[in-house]
Amino acid sequence: MPRRIVTGIQSVGHRVIDSIWRLGYASRFFLLTLIKSGTSLHRFTLVIRELYFTGVQSLIIILVSGLFVGMVLGLQGFETLQRYGAESAVGTMVALSLLRELGPVVSALLFASRAGSAITAEIGLMKATEQLAAMEMMAVDPIARVVAPRFWAGVISMPLLAALFSAIGIYGGYLVAVVLIGVDEGSFWSQMQSAVDFRYDVVNGIIKTCVFGVAVTAIAVFEGYDAAPTAEGVSGATTRTVVTSSLAILGLDFILTSFMFRGMG
Amino acid sequence: MASESLIEIEGLNFSYGQRPILKGIDMTMGRGKVIAIMGGSGSGKTTLLRLIGGAVRPTSGYVKVAGQVVHKLKRDELFRMRRKMSMLFQFGALFTDLSVFDNVAFQMREHTDLPESMIRDLVLMKLQAVGLRGAHELMPNQLSGGMARRVALARSIALDPLLIMYDEPFTGLDPISLTVIGNLIRRLTDALGMTSIVVTHDVQESLKIVDYVYFIADGVIAAHGTPDEVRRSVAPFVHQFVHGEEDGPVSFHYPAGPYAQDLKLEGSFA
Amino acid sequence: MQRATMDLWVGLFVMAGIGALLVLALKVGNLGTYSANDSYQVTGNFENIGGLKVRAPVKSAGVVVGRVTDIQFSTETYDALVIMNIDTRYKFPKDTFASILTSGLIGEQYIGLAAGGDEATLKDGDTIMKTNSALVLEEMIGKFLFNKASEGGSNENSGKN
Repeated sequence: MPRRIVTGIQSVGHRVIDSIWRLGYASRFFLLTLIKSGTSLHRFTLVIRELYFTGVQSLIIILVSGLFVGMVLGLQGFETLQRYGAESAVGTMVALSLLRELGPVVSALLFASRAGSAITAEIGLMKATEQLAAMEMMAVDPIARVVAPRFWAGVISMPLLAALFSAIGIYGGYLVAVVLIGVDEGSFWSQMQSAVDFRYDVVNGIIKTCVFGVAVTAIAVFEGYDAAPTAEGVSGATTRTVVTSSLAILGLDFILTSFMFRGMG
Repeated sequence: MASESLIEIEGLNFSYGQRPILKGIDMTMGRGKVIAIMGGSGSGKTTLLRLIGGAVRPTSGYVKVAGQVVHKLKRDELFRMRRKMSMLFQFGALFTDLSVFDNVAFQMREHTDLPESMIRDLVLMKLQAVGLRGAHELMPNQLSGGMARRVALARSIALDPLLIMYDEPFTGLDPISLTVIGNLIRRLTDALGMTSIVVTHDVQESLKIVDYVYFIADGVIAAHGTPDEVRRSVAPFVHQFVHGEEDGPVSFHYPAGPYAQDLKLEGSFA
Repeated sequence: MQRATMDLWVGLFVMAGIGALLVLALKVGNLGTYSANDSYQVTGNFENIGGLKVRAPVKSAGVVVGRVTDIQFSTETYDALVIMNIDTRYKFPKDTFASILTSGLIGEQYIGLAAGGDEATLKDGDTIMKTNSALVLEEMIGKFLFNKASEGGSNENSGKN
């Protein structure tokens, strides 16, 4: 019996040490990616190619989800605000929810499962089929040639996608509240405009998405690069990317929100 | 011969952690030769290639390529040296997101400032050498296994290297493709005056094209010689390997305790 | 996919993204009509600010003319120091009257400015002298009940508080 306890404690200890080691390795990898980003900046066509795969190919899911989220917010907001006779504030509610929370968080979650997993799978497969080793043997650094362009493309796409998500979401709310339900159009926009502050709400939302973009793509490229070079290894890494980056998004969102919006009480 | 040698390996030891993979390897490989390294699966052949390419560091001993000790090179010196060598991976390792043309052009674009028109001519020449000039617009997933390996071969000669290493180039090929690849290795080596190291366990095919053979077993060189010497050899290991016999110095059974004991038969007789 | 087609799509994507950012900035965030760059700062001392928050609007005649940028507590006068930025396009006389008002019964609180008659105008760093505190609902109800109670008490000598 005591032996079982000892091995239990040992395995917990191993796990802890292992995850700390992995975190250190991931941080070193992240730094290396940043240091070796020179290539992708002066050969920007590499980044443009990846922008197509991460950004353009995520457009449909982002736009459709944004529209639906905005429409739901419009409907729910109207239902709730109507009780207090404040249905004209529905625009404010839709805009603030999207700009501060739902836009950055939901689009980052979608981005992680659409683009993040694709990045991990692609890099993992390149590793499994020895393409990264071949590159290394050709005296081309895979971090500079493969990882860095994907990382920067993700970092650039994320704020743009989140902005599209919020913008189309607000129009979705408009569609439901003004066009379908009949809230006054003037007060919908004017209430929204008087309540939303550019620096406080819009800029903070953009900062959030930038942080999420860095986190999701950094996790995705690391998991791909670190994947075991087998089919199971790649599929496991893809799952880990989605799980880890979703947790990272929600955790970071809490931290950022508590810094940014504390003054509002 | 000594001055003509491109690769000198002396007293090379390598181990993964506590497990020794290579134990005291000595080899000399001349320029313009095709050298085969044979051995069973897991005998450390691929590790030897990785040591020559500088991907891993030896525990002791050294690998000298063109007079330079590989593991003592700094990263940028190593990268400079790697431009003179290339490696053909087991399944070609073509970049799946690039077309055949772009795969062959990859190193030229990465390492040289050649104008695009010249790159085009060079790429088509390399593809012509492997007989696939007509396939330059295809993507790797449209190629058969043998074609993919020929494209990879064209890619590995892109910068006219001094040395090409082939990691199991014959695996999974049909007999025709196998002969095609074998002959290409021989012809390109002769035409370009480079050195080829072929790691393989395909005895019959490689004996047709190589100049010299090393057998590696359990991390040491078990035998070496020219193809004729190898065919005539009566050394038990070489004989077993060349003729593909089931049992011999390389045992069919993984080391185990007495069979009866594992089946718990002893107790019932006692 | 051809490189040119890919470039085109990426270009469209980036343009759409920047367009969305502009929509958020101009149409939603109202950047066009109000910006913090061209504003001057004035301070007002209030006995009680109620539920006033940083970033609450400063309005005059119902038009947003500025925003509250900071709220502090003064240990000298023991009242609240409200610092607000007002758009330089709007000049107010020195004796402008600032009061904390509520939009609707349960709406947000804001500062209302009522212009006085002074010739000199407020400049950056000035303090508004005449202020009126927030109406705190609890106090009002308390006062009302107290008045009722004292009325009732003078008649029947039975209070309800």
